[in-house]
Amino acid sequence: MRQLFRNPVSATGTVITLIFLLIAIISPLIAPYGANEIIPTDARQPPSADHWFGTDNLGRDVFSRVLLGAREILVLAGLGTLLAVIIGTLFGLLAGYQSGWFDEITMRVFDSLLALPALLLALLLLGTVGNSRYSILIVIVVLYIPIVARVVRSVVLAVRQQGYVEAAQLIGEPRTRILLREILPSVLPTLSVESALRFSYAIFLVASLGFLGVGVQPPSPNWGLMVKEARAYSNLIPWALFFPALAISVVVVGVNLMADGIKRITSADQDE
Amino acid sequence: MSRFLLRRLVLLTLTVLLTSMLVFLVTQWLPGDVCRIVLGREAGPSAIENCRQELGLNQPLPQQYFNWFSDFLSGDWGISYSTNLPIYPIVMDRLRNSLLLALVSLIISLPLAVTLGVIAGLNVQKPIDNTISIGSLAVVGLPEFVTGLVVIQIFSFFLRDLGLPYLPANSSISPDMTFIEKLPMLILPALTAMLVLLAYIARLTRAGVLAELHQPYVRTADLKGLPRRTVIMKHVLRNALLPTVTVIAISIGWLISGLVVIENVFNYPGLGRLMIFAIDRRDLPLLQAVTMVTVLGFAISNMGADILYALLNPKIRLK
Amino acid sequence: MKLLKDQPILELSDLSVSYQHGDLLLEAVRDINMKINLGETYGLAGESGSGKTTLVLAVMRYLGSRAKITKGNILLGDHDLRSLNDQQLRRVWQSEIALVPQDPLSSLNPSMKIGDQLAEVLQLQSNISRHMASQLSKEWLNKVQIPDPERVASSYPHQISGGMQQRVLIAMALSSSPSLLVLDEPTTNLDVTTQAVILDLIGELIRDLEMAILYVTHNLGVIAQYCDRVGVMYAGELVEEAGTADIFLKPLHPYTIGLLESIPRLGDTKDHLQLKPIEGQIPALGQVPSGCNFRTRCPIVVDICHERPQLSPAGGSRFSRCHRWQEIDLGEVNAHRETPPIPSKQNDITVEDTYTLQIKNLSVSFPIQRSLRDVVQNKAGRSLQAVNDVNFEISPGSTLGLVGESGSGKTTIARAIMGLQGISAGSIKLNQVHLPDRLSRRDLATLRQLQIVFQNPAEALNPHFTIGESLSRPLIRLLGMSRQEAKIKIETLLSDVHLPADYTNRYPQELSGGEIQRIALGRAIASNPDLLILDEPISALDVSVQAAILNLVGELQNDHQNSILFVSHNLAVVGYLADHTAVIYMGYILELSGRGELFNPPHHPYTEALISAIPEVKVPRERKTIYLQGELPDFSELTDGCPFHSRCPRYLGDICIKKIPTWQVDPGTGKSILCHIPLEELSASQISSTNVDTSEY
Repeated sequence: MRQLFRNPVSATGTVITLIFLLIAIISPLIAPYGANEIIPTDARQPPSADHWFGTDNLGRDVFSRVLLGAREILVLAGLGTLLAVIIGTLFGLLAGYQSGWFDEITMRVFDSLLALPALLLALLLLGTVGNSRYSILIVIVVLYIPIVARVVRSVVLAVRQQGYVEAAQLIGEPRTRILLREILPSVLPTLSVESALRFSYAIFLVASLGFLGVGVQPPSPNWGLMVKEARAYSNLIPWALFFPALAISVVVVGVNLMADGIKRITSADQDE
Repeated sequence: MSRFLLRRLVLLTLTVLLTSMLVFLVTQWLPGDVCRIVLGREAGPSAIENCRQELGLNQPLPQQYFNWFSDFLSGDWGISYSTNLPIYPIVMDRLRNSLLLALVSLIISLPLAVTLGVIAGLNVQKPIDNTISIGSLAVVGLPEFVTGLVVIQIFSFFLRDLGLPYLPANSSISPDMTFIEKLPMLILPALTAMLVLLAYIARLTRAGVLAELHQPYVRTADLKGLPRRTVIMKHVLRNALLPTVTVIAISIGWLISGLVVIENVFNYPGLGRLMIFAIDRRDLPLLQAVTMVTVLGFAISNMGADILYALLNPKIRLK
Repeated sequence: MKLLKDQPILELSDLSVSYQHGDLLLEAVRDINMKINLGETYGLAGESGSGKTTLVLAVMRYLGSRAKITKGNILLGDHDLRSLNDQQLRRVWQSEIALVPQDPLSSLNPSMKIGDQLAEVLQLQSNISRHMASQLSKEWLNKVQIPDPERVASSYPHQISGGMQQRVLIAMALSSSPSLLVLDEPTTNLDVTTQAVILDLIGELIRDLEMAILYVTHNLGVIAQYCDRVGVMYAGELVEEAGTADIFLKPLHPYTIGLLESIPRLGDTKDHLQLKPIEGQIPALGQVPSGCNFRTRCPIVVDICHERPQLSPAGGSRFSRCHRWQEIDLGEVNAHRETPPIPSKQNDITVEDTYTLQIKNLSVSFPIQRSLRDVVQNKAGRSLQAVNDVNFEISPGSTLGLVGESGSGKTTIARAIMGLQGISAGSIKLNQVHLPDRLSRRDLATLRQLQIVFQNPAEALNPHFTIGESLSRPLIRLLGMSRQEAKIKIETLLSDVHLPADYTNRYPQELSGGEIQRIALGRAIASNPDLLILDEPISALDVSVQAAILNLVGELQNDHQNSILFVSHNLAVVGYLADHTAVIYMGYILELSGRGELFNPPHHPYTEALISAIPEVKVPRERKTIYLQGELPDFSELTDGCPFHSRCPRYLGDICIKKIPTWQVDPGTGKSILCHIPLEELSASQISSTNVDTSEY
C-alpha cells in the first residue's frame, strides 16, 4: 500500500480515489443542501459564496449534488464491483482448478456473455428490466463476473502446475484448502489490478448510463444524469454541466492511475 | 488451420444463437402487455385478443422464438411499434451511418496510435514515453460523453465565441446529403471516437513492443550486426504488432458500444441512437433488431480478429 | 584484421563489471585478465553466479542498461571495444565476433523463416542478391548436417527440434567468418546424445578455421575435450588458468580441486564412497567474501586468506589465485576432502512378495487431437504411446534408477505412480496393494507411503508459506499431528537435512536452490514413506551442490530404509546412487541392470551410446564416442519392432523394424536386455567403462 505513494503518478491517483471514497461516505454530513432541495429563487445562479458550484435549472445546489452524487455512483460501482469480484473469483478458482465439464460449460457461457459489448448488454437488460438502482447493480455484477472469472482462471491454470500445489495434493490436502491457502494468495496480485480496473469501468458505466438516461431516473444526483439535464441549458448555466463532468473525469482518471500503480507494483514483485 | 477455422465458425454460430435467445428472452420480460401498450388503454378485450393472435403471442415460447429468429434471418424484421414504419430500412440506414463514422475514426486513428505506441515502447521511461503513457491513461478512462462534450466545447462553442470558423455541434446528417456535405458533421464525433481509440491502441502497442524488446532473438538480430533500425522494423515489430492486429479488429466491437454514447452526444443518426430511441419507447421489435445487428457485427469482427491473428502468427498457422 | 605476431585476438585487462541494484552497485566480475590467440580455444568454466555470462555479455558489449563496465579494457585485435560507438560496434558484430547462445528457440525470431534469418547474415557480409543468399544459406544448413535443408529453410523455428535450432545458430555464427567465436553453454539444454553430436560438429567445423574461440560452460568434460586452455571462474574472479591437460591432471586451486571431486566417476557407487561436495554455497552478488573469495568454503583456509590473493604465475603458463598454490603443487597440503563411505544396511536377497513397488505391464497413452481430415474420413483418433508395457520392481530399502533422455517417458511413469497421471493399462502395486490410478481415490494411509521430490526448486515450495509451515503440512495432514507436535518434529527434520533450526521462519525466496531441495526432501521424508520418488532432483542445481544433495539422499535412505525411484537423465549420477537401473527410450524399457553392473558390458546399444556420450574429464579422451544419428523419432513413426531401430548403430536389418525383441538375461551380470543381438556378441565388442572420470551435464 505504501508503495503506491512512491510513484508520484500513482500516488496522485490513489489520493484522488481515497478522497472521493471519503466524500462518498460522509457526503450527507457535509453537503450544504439536499440533493433535491429546490430553491426556485436561486435557480440558474453562477458559482457564489452560497452555492460554490452554482445552481442548476431547477434551483438545486450543484455542489451538494456533486457530493451526493459521489455517493450514488461510487456506492453503486463499488458494491457492484465487489460482488462481481467475489463471485467471479469463486467461479474462476473452481473452473481453473477443476478443468472438467464445469470449466467447459462455465467458460462457454461466459464467453457468450463476453461476446457482447458491455454497454450494449447493459442497455438491453435495463431497457427491459426497468430503471432502478438494483437493476444497475445487477447489470454491473452480471457484466463483470465473466471477466473476473476469466482472469482468475488463467492465473489459477498457471499456478496449478507448480510443484508445491501438486505437493499439497499429494499429501491429501482437501480441495478447499488448496484453493484458498495455496492458490489464492498467488491470484491476489492480478486480482487487485483487475478489481481496480473493474471499479473504474463500473464508474464509467454508471455515469454513461446516467448520461443516456437509462437505468437512472431523475431526480437522482447521478453525475451522468446531471450532465444530460444540464445539456439543454448549457449556454445559460455551463457550470451545471462543467462540475459534474469534471467530477467524473477526475474520479475515473484517479482510479485508473491507481490501478496502473497497483499493476506496476505487483509485476515488479513478481519479477523479483 | 482448417480445424481452427471450423471451430471459430462454430463458436460464432453458437454465440449468435445464444445471444439471440438472450435478446428474445430478455425482451419478453417487459412489464406490461405489449398489445395493451400498442393499442392503448381504452382498447377492448377482443381488440387485444385479436392483436395477440396477430402477433402470435399466444403460442408457446419456443415457437415464438423460432418464428422470430427465422423471420430475422430472412430479413423480415417487422414493423416498429412506435413509428409504424418497417424496421429493416431504418436499421440499415442507421447501420450505414454508424459504419461510416466507425471506419473514418479507425482509419485515421490507427496509424497514429500504432506509431505513438511504438515510439513510447522504444523509449521506455524517457519523457516522451511518460507523456504518451500518462496521456493515454488519462484519456482512456474518460467516458466518451465527457470527451465528446469537451470536444464540442473547444471546437464548436469556443471557436464560435471567438468569431472563428467552427464545427457543428450537431451532426444530424440525412440520407440525401452527399458525402462532402456529410463530412464536416463527421469531424467532431470522429475526433471523439479517435481520442479514445488512440489511447487504447497506443497502450496495447506499447506493451507489445516492451514485451518483445527483451526477447533473446532481438539480441541475435543485434549481434548479426544489423543496423538498429532494421532490428526494430524487421524483427521486433513483426512480433510486437501481432497482438495489435487483433486489437484493431476488436476495436470495431468497442466502437459499436462506444458509438452509442457518442452518437447521443452529437445527435448523429446512427445505430446507437436508434437503440436509445427504442429503449425510451419500449419499441420491442426495433430493440431486438438493433441489438441483433450490433451483436452480429461485434461477433463477426471478433472472429475476424482471431482469424487474422492465426493467419499472421506462424505458431498457430502451422501445426 | 592485422595482428602482430603473438598478439592475441582478444585481450581483457582488469575487466570489472557491476550491476545497479536500487542504490547499490554490485560487482559481478572483477579484475579479469585474459588473452586468446587466433586458433586457440579457451574454455571458461564456472557455475551459476560465477559471472561467466556477465563476462560474455561484457565482451560482446551487450550488457543491459543495469550493468556497467566499471574498469578495464577489452581489445579485439586493434579495436578498443569500450570506445566504439553504436555504428562501429555493429560493424564489429557483423564481421569480427559471433555468439552461439544458450537457448536456441528463443534466440530465433518466431515469425521469420529459418532460411531468411540465415540469409540475412549472408547478405550483410557481401552484397549478394537474395537468390544467392538463399542458396548459400541452404549450403550452410548442409554444412551443419541438417537433413533436408530445403524443408528446414522454409520452416519456422518452432517446427524444428532443439538440436536443429542450435545447428542453425551455429551456422549463423560461423557464416559471418568471425575472428572470435563465443559459445555460451550451447548444449546445456540438449539431450546428452544430441549434445555429443553437436559438440563434435562444432569441433569439426572449427578445426580448419583460424578462429579464436571462447567456450563458456559449467561442464568440465566438454572443456577437457575441446579446449586448449581453461580459465576457472568463481564468484566473479578468475581463480585458476592453465592448459587443459595441466589443469585436470594437477589443479592448483582448492575450488578447481573441489569441483573435480564433486562429480562421480563412472563406476563409483555409494557403497564405497561418499561424494565430496564443496561446503557452503556460492555467494550471492554483493555478498562475496573479502580477501580470497573462496575462503569461506575452502578446506585449507588460513589467516593470510583474508588478504586478496593475486593471480600468480605458477610456471608453464599456469596461474592460480591461491596463497598456498605452491604447497598444493608440491603436495605439502591436501586440498582434497576425504569422506568415509556410508555404511550400507542392505542385503541383496529379495523375496518375491516383499517388493515395495511393483509395476506390471504399465502403459500410458495420450490421445492426439484428430485433424479435420481424420474427422471427415471418420478415422479413429490416434494416440501417443508414452509408456509401453513397462515392468519393474523395487525391493524395500533399495534404489532403482530410471534413466532416459527427454521424451523417454520416465517422468510420465513417475507421475503415474504418484497418481498425477492416468494409466491406460497395467497395474501399480505399493506394498503388494494395488494402487488406484487416480489420486483422488487414494486414501491418506496410502498417500503417506508414497512421496516425491520434483525437479524445479523454484516451484517446490509455496512462496507464501514459511519453511516451517511447508514442513508442517504433511505432518499435520498425513500423520495427524497437532501444531505443537509438528513444531517439534520440524526441528528434527531440519537437522536431518543439515539446515539450521532458525530456517523455520524463513521464506523460500531467501533460500538457495540447494537449500530448497533439502527442504523438499525433508518434507517428502517427513511422513516416513515407504517409497520416495525423486524426479531429476538435482538437475537444476550447481555441480558443487549436487553432490551434497546426493549424499543427503543416501544418508536419509540409510536412516529411514525407504525405497527410492530415482528418475534422471544423468547416467553417472544414477550409476552412483542406484542399486538397480532401468534404461528407458521412447516409452520402452530397454535394459535392466543390477548392482554396480551398469557400466560393465553387455550393454544395450542405446545404453552403450549413452555411456559413450558422457564427456570425460581426461585429456586425451580414452573412449570413442558413439554418435547417434538422426533425432528422436516422432511417436507416430514407431512400428511393431524395436523403438530404437531408426538410430541404432548396431542395426541388424529388417528384423529390428518388424519384430520387437525379446528379453535376454546375461548370467554374468544379471542384466536383462531387450535386443535381437545375442549378448555374447555385445559383450565381445563393448569395453568396460568403470573408473572413467566424468563430468556432470
